Amino acid sequence: MHTTLPFPNEADPTVNDPQHKCIAVCMGTGCTSSQSAQLHQTLREELDEHNLNGEIEVRRTGCFGFCEQGPIVVVSPGETFYTEVKPRSAETIVEQHVLGNQPVERLLYHDPTSDATVEKWHEIGFYGKQQRILLDNSGIIDPENIGHYLAREGYQALHQVLSEMTPEQVIEEVTESGLRGRGGAGFPTGVKWGFARKTQKWPKYVICNADEGDPGAFMDRSVLEGDPHAVIEGMIIAGFAIGAQAGYIYCRAEYPLAIKRLRVALEQTRELGLLGDNILGSDFSFDITIKEGAGAFVCGEETALMASIQGERGQPWPRPPYPAVSGLWKQPSNVNNVKSYAFVPRIIHKGAEWFSSVGTEGSPGTAVFALTGNVNRTGLIEVPMGITLREIIYDVGGGIPGGKKFKAVQTGGPLGGCLPEEYLDIPVDFDSLQEAGSVMGSGGMVIADEATCMVEFAKFFTKFVCDESCGKCPPCRIGSTRMLEALERITEGEGTPEDLDEIYWLADGMQQGSLCALGQLAPAPVISTLRHFEDEYRAHIEEERCPAGKCQALITFEIVADLCPGCMVCARNCASNAISGEKGEPHVIDPELCERCGLCEAVCNFDAVIVK
Amino acid sequence: MCVVSVEKARGLQTACTTPVAEGMIVETESEAACETRQFVLEMLLTDHPNDCMTCEVNGDCKLQDLVYDYGVEWPEPNGRRHVYPIDPDPNPFVFIDLNKCILCSRCVRACEEIQNRDVWSFAFRGFETKLVAGTDQPMLDARCESCGQCVAYCPVGALYDKMSVGLGRPNQVEKVRTTCSYCGVGCNFDLNVRNGEIVRVTSAEDAPVNGMALCVKGRYGYDYVHHRDRLTRPLVRAKWLPDVEERVTEGEWTLVEVAEKRAEPTVSGNGAIAGDAFIETDWGTALDVVAGKFAKEKQAQGGDAFSVFASAKCTNEENYLFSKFTRQVLGTNSIDHCARL
Repeated sequence: MHTTLPFPNEADPTVNDPQHKCIAVCMGTGCTSSQSAQLHQTLREELDEHNLNGEIEVRRTGCFGFCEQGPIVVVSPGETFYTEVKPRSAETIVEQHVLGNQPVERLLYHDPTSDATVEKWHEIGFYGKQQRILLDNSGIIDPENIGHYLAREGYQALHQVLSEMTPEQVIEEVTESGLRGRGGAGFPTGVKWGFARKTQKWPKYVICNADEGDPGAFMDRSVLEGDPHAVIEGMIIAGFAIGAQAGYIYCRAEYPLAIKRLRVALEQTRELGLLGDNILGSDFSFDITIKEGAGAFVCGEETALMASIQGERGQPWPRPPYPAVSGLWKQPSNVNNVKSYAFVPRIIHKGAEWFSSVGTEGSPGTAVFALTGNVNRTGLIEVPMGITLREIIYDVGGGIPGGKKFKAVQTGGPLGGCLPEEYLDIPVDFDSLQEAGSVMGSGGMVIADEATCMVEFAKFFTKFVCDESCGKCPPCRIGSTRMLEALERITEGEGTPEDLDEIYWLADGMQQGSLCALGQLAPAPVISTLRHFEDEYRAHIEEERCPAGKCQALITFEIVADLCPGCMVCARNCASNAISGEKGEPHVIDPELCERCGLCEAVCNFDAVIVK
Repeated sequence: MCVVSVEKARGLQTACTTPVAEGMIVETESEAACETRQFVLEMLLTDHPNDCMTCEVNGDCKLQDLVYDYGVEWPEPNGRRHVYPIDPDPNPFVFIDLNKCILCSRCVRACEEIQNRDVWSFAFRGFETKLVAGTDQPMLDARCESCGQCVAYCPVGALYDKMSVGLGRPNQVEKVRTTCSYCGVGCNFDLNVRNGEIVRVTSAEDAPVNGMALCVKGRYGYDYVHHRDRLTRPLVRAKWLPDVEERVTEGEWTLVEVAEKRAEPTVSGNGAIAGDAFIETDWGTALDVVAGKFAKEKQAQGGDAFSVFASAKCTNEENYLFSKFTRQVLGTNSIDHCARL
């Protein structure tokens, strides 16, 4: 591989060699919590026993994305993809696959949608419609080995920037690429950099927003854990472009692995002179500090984030002035999301044209989503902008499990909106989603099936916002609680039609009277569910009925006499002694005593318990 | 509450932070701005006690005024409300009722930006956000020096002067502007007088020297004014006065019993008054005694037998006179000044 960097020997080319013997073990947070670290250790011990450790590399990698099936192991050459690998399976893999050259059938991915067993990584349906240009190193490189990143053309972009480009050219290239901020709002990154460059005041700061807080979202974490150098390289380039010498990565403390990998990566870059004084022999100096956040959702808001770095309570400031004019310590600052920075080296290295050729005209590039909820294949996905929601849900996600019907998809987390069936064919990009009444957000995507109560769904996000409001603006602080109370009344069967009016009134007041996006967008999940599923709200209020059969106060459990063989399992499990009936005779539930816990339904082997 | 409509701007803008720009058209009472203010006020009322009838600051409450001005109706209770203990803090000066707190952060800023003590801050998030001293400690454990700045800035009845609770509301007191007698800084403030008695001290925004700022002595150290032990006439030891028994009997002077341990009674069986007993006299008599003793000592030992200590409570002019008296009348240069409280 051609490299222009002054340390050509640091790169480890094995990472690009398809014939290189390697067992890659996912060491992202998801797989690590399913014992992949032990698995990594056991694999090494097994290889040791066969004196193969020098010959076959056991590599820890970042996230493969298919977290639901973790821990993931990929054995090369051949890219055999193993799922749900326990440490005790290490022996089998080594003996059967490595020594015996036979894939371990029982560890291969079994696709529930096609009922087929798939052997190769890229043959799995989950990856079919994905286009991994941001996560292209995740699952391939060892994130704690800078040699791997260098071999993947890492820091080439930085070298190019420092040796051939002016800051203005860098900004122009990024602007040209059409990159829009991946934190959610989709503001053009190059334009933002231009603002920060223009402000004639020093020092300036480059800030990476890694305070990923949406429930169920882990895109940024996976990037930091799987490819930390890309983020660092992007930040250094941003520093050069705007004229900053210091950078901060604001990462929530709940991401210890990401923080550890960042620390390792920063140390390695400093050792190679890629960070610090006179980077790569140029007159440009830059360094990065990690600031751990204490887990407040609102600190993902850029001004609250900067307040937090300053050691203040994480509360938003009014804008303007914008950070590009007066940000951290009242100095010009540029705040971007993790993914935005990670795209930058790729854009510089491969060119703005390459980037804008992917995705749509208005939203170039790819989108990374944490796909979760009622979908067959969950995990981290990267898809080109412009793909339809239907393709994501059915082709990547493999459809809705259990033969149930799709109901809604929520994007943008607790500040986003949900879209029903009729919107499934709209393209996924910043503008189309917004037009449809939802938002792109930073990458959370929750799928709800027909058994989901949309009032309950909205309540979940509203509860989250109630807990996470910083408390500064009364509309958000008190309004969100009043909103939650209205939703609680509805799900508890005490709702009135006036509650719907109150919800609209609260939503309007919160939107108008809150300082930051948290308060302004907090009503979005409620309003979008109300817009698309008003019937469901009305059923709760007017008929005291939960159509999805989820709201405990509005449902009754019944036993269908024809189906009940009188096995007594439900009666034995019922904590409130609400089920009666002789052995061998159909049982009956007393609705007065029933606590509606649903245990009888869960334990019945004959599907005789139904919800009304 | 500061939101205004700015032409061509997206949504409402905060008047307090949005910079003025050339050609900007601002509407302060636009329909949208007023509706938002009404919404904010109604939200605050849904978590505020409806007790203006008994509230200390009734008539001097920003929330009350705004609710009145914007015609917000009292919202029927329909959800969670905070129930905080009333006056939970053991400090002697600041009365706290967090149920009335609207979390405006004025107290936090007053303490941080004016007083530099950083006692107050907000803890917890969302609806649970709460004003706390230090790490939710008693105020005095959280560096509080009891200046009462937080009380002065509280727009509602959440922070109030503990010594004044129940003694008179704004419309029941007369405000008398005065200068603090404690030190030479010359702070101005308003004595709140009800039925001829000082019931509270409030900051005077237009005070030229100190503005809203006061120290603990100025704000809370007024209880000596009406104290029963306060001396209003001079006391002189009986032995320095002529014809003591006679003039006490005639009622011209008064024998003052001071609570102290004495070996002998102040008045013996034959009606003689002990020499060290205190006699309340008039200023002329007392000053004669002092002048006589000064003259006698100066004659006997010369001026340098004296040393003089002046007070910072005096004005410049008074201290000048003191210096002149010391050097020219007493005849010594030994004069100093406490220059501190």
